[in-house]
Amino acid sequence: MTLTTTPAVELPPANPPAPIKTSRRWGTPVAYVVAVLVVAAMLAPVLFIIIGGFRTNAQITTDPSGWPSVWNIGNYLDVLAGGTFWRLVGNSLIAGLATTLGVVLLGLMASYVLARYSFRGRGILYAMFAAGLMFPMTVAITPLYLVVKNLGLMNSLGGVILPQIAFALPTTIIILVPFLKAIPDEIQEAAFIDGCSRLGFFWRMIVPLAMPGVITVGILAFIASWNSYLLPLFILNNEAVFTLPLGVASFASQYSVDTAKVLAFTSLSMIPALVFFALFERRIVGGLTGAVKG
Amino acid sequence: MSVRENTSTRLEVDLANGGVAGATPAAPPVRRRRRTPLSAKVEIAVLVGPAMIVFLGFVIFPVVMAAYYGFFSWQGYGPATDFVGFRNYITILQDPTFQEALSHNAFIVVASLVLQGPVAILLALLLNRKLRGQSLIRVLIFVPYVISEVVVGTGWSLMLQSNGAVNGMLEKLGLGAFTQDWLSNPDIAIWTLMVIITWKYVGFAVILFLAGLQGIPEELPEAAAIDGASFWQIQRHITLPLLAPTMRIWAFLSIIGALQLFDLVYIIWGQYISSTAGTSTMATYLVANGRDSGNYGYGNAVAVVLFLISLVVALIYQRFVLRRDTEGAITDKGTSK
Repeated sequence: MTLTTTPAVELPPANPPAPIKTSRRWGTPVAYVVAVLVVAAMLAPVLFIIIGGFRTNAQITTDPSGWPSVWNIGNYLDVLAGGTFWRLVGNSLIAGLATTLGVVLLGLMASYVLARYSFRGRGILYAMFAAGLMFPMTVAITPLYLVVKNLGLMNSLGGVILPQIAFALPTTIIILVPFLKAIPDEIQEAAFIDGCSRLGFFWRMIVPLAMPGVITVGILAFIASWNSYLLPLFILNNEAVFTLPLGVASFASQYSVDTAKVLAFTSLSMIPALVFFALFERRIVGGLTGAVKG
Repeated sequence: MSVRENTSTRLEVDLANGGVAGATPAAPPVRRRRRTPLSAKVEIAVLVGPAMIVFLGFVIFPVVMAAYYGFFSWQGYGPATDFVGFRNYITILQDPTFQEALSHNAFIVVASLVLQGPVAILLALLLNRKLRGQSLIRVLIFVPYVISEVVVGTGWSLMLQSNGAVNGMLEKLGLGAFTQDWLSNPDIAIWTLMVIITWKYVGFAVILFLAGLQGIPEELPEAAAIDGASFWQIQRHITLPLLAPTMRIWAFLSIIGALQLFDLVYIIWGQYISSTAGTSTMATYLVANGRDSGNYGYGNAVAVVLFLISLVVALIYQRFVLRRDTEGAITDKGTSK
């Protein structure tokens, strides 16, 4: 990374935090207690799902809130051994990765223009994309379903991917435009003097410099796609192309008597998102911060 | 690494000052009038074109079509020919089921703000202090937000069944008198929903607020501390006012999200039960009366109503609450490059 590019002229030098009263009188123990309580409340339902998967139906019926008397991994093994779960994961992965790729590519190109070109109608263009925030998928879902149907994309992942890209564009552009605007003019001027074209500048300078923002919007798009339910519910009616959320819902109604198995299935299906989140937590949080400021 | 941090800090400073401070003096307005050269036009078209096509095709066009089909009685196949004018809309507005759903949405909007806001602010203030394991706590608080609505809904509905884990736990604790039919008792169901919503989304608010808090220059609270201000005085008079822009944006996102609520209700209460349990929302009404019953024209009219309500709320909010934050932020940067 080229660190010479710090755009923050008005940034005060990072002064070492003066050790004035950093440990205040009584705040800290309270903070720990509250933090532990909150974390417990946040995790309890998740743990219920995961631990429930280790129990048997008989145990769950007689003592719904108990601990597994014998840890029984049969439920998990059944789910993992069956093809359904892996097919769902595969479909969700394809949909998520394709959505992410599309959003990043289209969003970055459009944001570059909106941030660094001056032309008539730029404001309108930006406003149009920004207005997309006002149209959540819920509102457009029925006609969207018809558009997808007319394109012959029913029951194919493409019919989910394209609308997801479109609906993720507003957030992406709103996060990326300030990012690209913050790249100082001097870099651009220097690049042009050295004979770099605008498009060359885009690939050689903008893409690398915007990487943190790109990663953030990519992760947001991926998680949104991974979790999305309404759109696949309308578009995908064939079990072969079900994504994970649809699969969980249908599994839960299909095996509603087999609670333990439903719990095992559900907890396995949240693992990928959790792992993904744990890996990229910093980026996700950074992206939300950016979104607030944009 | 440091590029990113510097950029983001600058943006923060920018916003804290109403988006004016960071903006370089605008180029003379004469420059704007200059015609865009052809080569630049081609570049613009190539770069924006794909995004435009996808966006127009899958966002704008369907929204416009929703408005169009809303005027027809139409079952979803063949061209829509049975023009009914505003009849769908009149039916919607007179339908008591819809009015109930609307009132549930209104309740959820208010309750989300009232329940999540203060909790999230307190948590963010506490977590913003130097805590051991702070990043771990942040990750764990955010976990429910990352898990899909379907998983959350499936898990909670199993826990909350009348013979589920929550009631089982209450009996074990000797609180058997408090066991409830959490999901189907219409007096309680919407509160159950609020608990689940708070659990699921409060982490998002906390993260936003923490991000906002970290944008506040350390010098301010430090100076106040030197001058003898107490911890709570500092929070009350320095931190909270500086956090106000973040809070306003969060409230906006929360309101819009509450108006559009669908997945959780649909998963937990199913297609039809939600209205008897008193948790139906406009979006579940839309799906139940549109697609699920084959009345696509009617469903589209519901979508339009839902959209207009969200739009009006958003515009009012922007006009009266967000104005201070967006002023300048958009207008000032009009003439860069």
